Amino acid sequence: MIVLYIIVPLSAAFLTVIFGKWLPTLGKYLLNAALLFLTGLTLYLIIAGPEALIYRVGGFADVADVPIAIFLVIDGFTKILLLIVSLVGLLVAFYSVSYTKQYTGEEKFYALFSLMLAGMYGVIIAGDIFNLYVFLEIASIASYALVSFGIEKHQLEATFKYQVLGGVSSLIILTGIGFLYWGTGTLNLADIATQLPDHNIYNLFVSVLLIGGFGLKAAMFPFHSWLPDAHSSAPSPISAMLSGVLIKAVGIYVIIRLFFNVFALNYQIAVAITVLGTMSMIIGVLLAVGQWDFKRLLAYHSISQMGYVVLGVGIGMLLLTTGKDEKIAALAISGGLFHLINHSLFKGLLFLNAGSVEYRTGTRDLRKMGGLAKKMPVTAGSSFVASMSISGIPPFNGFFSKVIIIIAAVQAGFYWLALFAVLVSVITLASFTKVLKYGFSGKIHSQHEKIKEVPFSMSFSMTLLAVLCLVTSLLILPGVRQVFLTPAVDVLIETVQYSGTVVGL
Amino acid sequence: MILFILCFILFMIGLYGVLIQRNLIKIIIGIAIMEYSVLFFLILIGYVEGGTVPIISEGFEQALFVDPLPQAMVLTAIVIGLATKALMLSVAIRLYKKYGSFDIREMKSLKG
Repeated sequence: MIVLYIIVPLSAAFLTVIFGKWLPTLGKYLLNAALLFLTGLTLYLIIAGPEALIYRVGGFADVADVPIAIFLVIDGFTKILLLIVSLVGLLVAFYSVSYTKQYTGEEKFYALFSLMLAGMYGVIIAGDIFNLYVFLEIASIASYALVSFGIEKHQLEATFKYQVLGGVSSLIILTGIGFLYWGTGTLNLADIATQLPDHNIYNLFVSVLLIGGFGLKAAMFPFHSWLPDAHSSAPSPISAMLSGVLIKAVGIYVIIRLFFNVFALNYQIAVAITVLGTMSMIIGVLLAVGQWDFKRLLAYHSISQMGYVVLGVGIGMLLLTTGKDEKIAALAISGGLFHLINHSLFKGLLFLNAGSVEYRTGTRDLRKMGGLAKKMPVTAGSSFVASMSISGIPPFNGFFSKVIIIIAAVQAGFYWLALFAVLVSVITLASFTKVLKYGFSGKIHSQHEKIKEVPFSMSFSMTLLAVLCLVTSLLILPGVRQVFLTPAVDVLIETVQYSGTVVGL
Repeated sequence: MILFILCFILFMIGLYGVLIQRNLIKIIIGIAIMEYSVLFFLILIGYVEGGTVPIISEGFEQALFVDPLPQAMVLTAIVIGLATKALMLSVAIRLYKKYGSFDIREMKSLKG
C-alpha cells in the first residue's frame, strides 16, 4: 500500500507523456484523479491510527541483522507531510485545469507536475538516505523545468540561478551521504542512527554538510537568494506548489527527520538550527516589506514563515538536549508542525490569488492594480482570509500556530525569541495590509474596467483553501490534535527510538 | 590520502568556476567538475587496497572485494547528473536565443 504513493504519480506522468499526443486533456484528469485517490488514502491512514507502516521493496529479509532492502516508512510525522502534499497538490491541480489553457503543450505541464509529486512523495517516505537523494533530484529536476515553463526571459534567468544553486546543494548533500556511508557502512536511516560512531567532530562535520545542503533546498537564511526569483517567476500554480509544499518536503522535513531521528540530539546543532530559523524569520520579512511585485513579496514571506517552523522545532530541540521539561518541548514542536501545515494552506492560497489576478489583469505590480474587489469578489475574499491567516489574526489558523510557538518560547525562557516572533508577525500584518489596500480596495484602473471573475475551477480551489484556512484552526482542539499532530510530535520526541520501530534493533 | 586531497582540489576548481566565471557554459562546466570530484570521492570510499571485482565466481569466493555499493551509487548519480546538465544546457541555449550572449552580466531582468 505504501508503494502506491510512488507508483500512482509516476505512472500518471508516463501515461501522460505517452498518450499526450492523441489525448492532450488526459493529463489533467489523470493527475486530479490520482491526487484525489492519494488524499483519500492519506486521510484513511491518519484515521487508522498512529502505528508506523514499513515496506521493504522486493521483500529482502535482513542478512545477519543488516537491513539490505530499500525501506519505505510511514509514521506519524510522515503522514502530516503526505496529507499536505496530497491536499494542496489536489487543489492546485484542479486550479491548473483552467489556468494552463494559456500555454501550449499543456500535457507536458501535467507530466512534469506528476513527476514532481512522485519525487516529493518519495522523499517523504524513503527510509534510506540514498533513495531520498534520488527522489530529491527527481523533484528538483521536474521543478527546474516547471519554473521555466513559460520560456520568458525572467523565467529562464530564474531557472538558471535555481539550477546552479540547486546543483551545488545536491552535490553537498551527496558528499554528506558519502561521509555518512564511510563512517557507518550503511545507508538505511534507521540503521545509521544505531551505527553512528561516537565521534563528535565527525558527527558535527557531517551535520554541517547536511544542514548546508538541505538548508539550500529549504531556502533558509544565508542560502535564500534563489527563492524569490524562482518562486515569483514560475507559473502561479507551480509557485503555490514550490512555496507551499516543495521547500517543506525536500528541505524542512529532511532536516527535522535527520536531526531528531538519525543523529543524536546535539546542543551545538540545536543552537545552529534555532539561530538559522530566527534569522530567516527576521531577514525574510524585512526584505518582503519593500516589494511591489505581488509574487516576489509572497516569496520573501515564505522565507520568513519557514523561519517560524524552524524556530518552533529548534526550541523543542534545545529543550530536549538540555534535558528541560519535555512537555514544553512537545508544545514547541507541535507549534512548529502546526505552522507547517498552516503555511502550506495559506501560502498556496496566496499564490493562487496572485495567479488569478495575473490571469485577468496581466500584471503582478501592486501599483498597477486597485479596486479589484468589486470585479473579482472570490479572489479578493479568499486573499483577505489568507492575509489574515499569515499575519496571525484570530480566528484564522496562523494565529493559533504562532501563539503556540510564542507561548512555548516564553515558557522555555527565550524571551527574545518570543519578542522577535511577535515583531515579525506585526511587520507581516503591515505588509499584507499594503497588498489588500493597493491590490483590492480603492479606485479601479481604467484598463481593468472590463475584467471579470476567474473561471470555476480556479475560484473553487481558492474558496476551498480559504475554508480550510478556517477549518484547520480546529487542530487546536485536544480531540482533533490527538489524531493529527500528537503522533507526529511523539515520533520526533522519541528521537532514536525511530530506529527501533523501523529495523527492530 | 593523496587521492582524497586531489579530489578536494578538483572540487575547489569546480567551485571556483561556478563562483568566478561569467559565462553560462563555463558555469555549467564548473558544476560538472564539482560533480566528478564527488563521484571520485564516492569511488574512493568503496576502494579496498588490493581488492578485486565484486563478483562471486568459482575459485573467488574468499577473495578480497572492493565495496560494490558506492559503485552502484555512482552509476545512479551519473544518470542524475546527465539529466541535470541536459536541462541546464537547454536553458542556457534558450537564454542565448533571448539575449544573444552567454554573459550573465547582460541578464538583468530580475532584481530586488
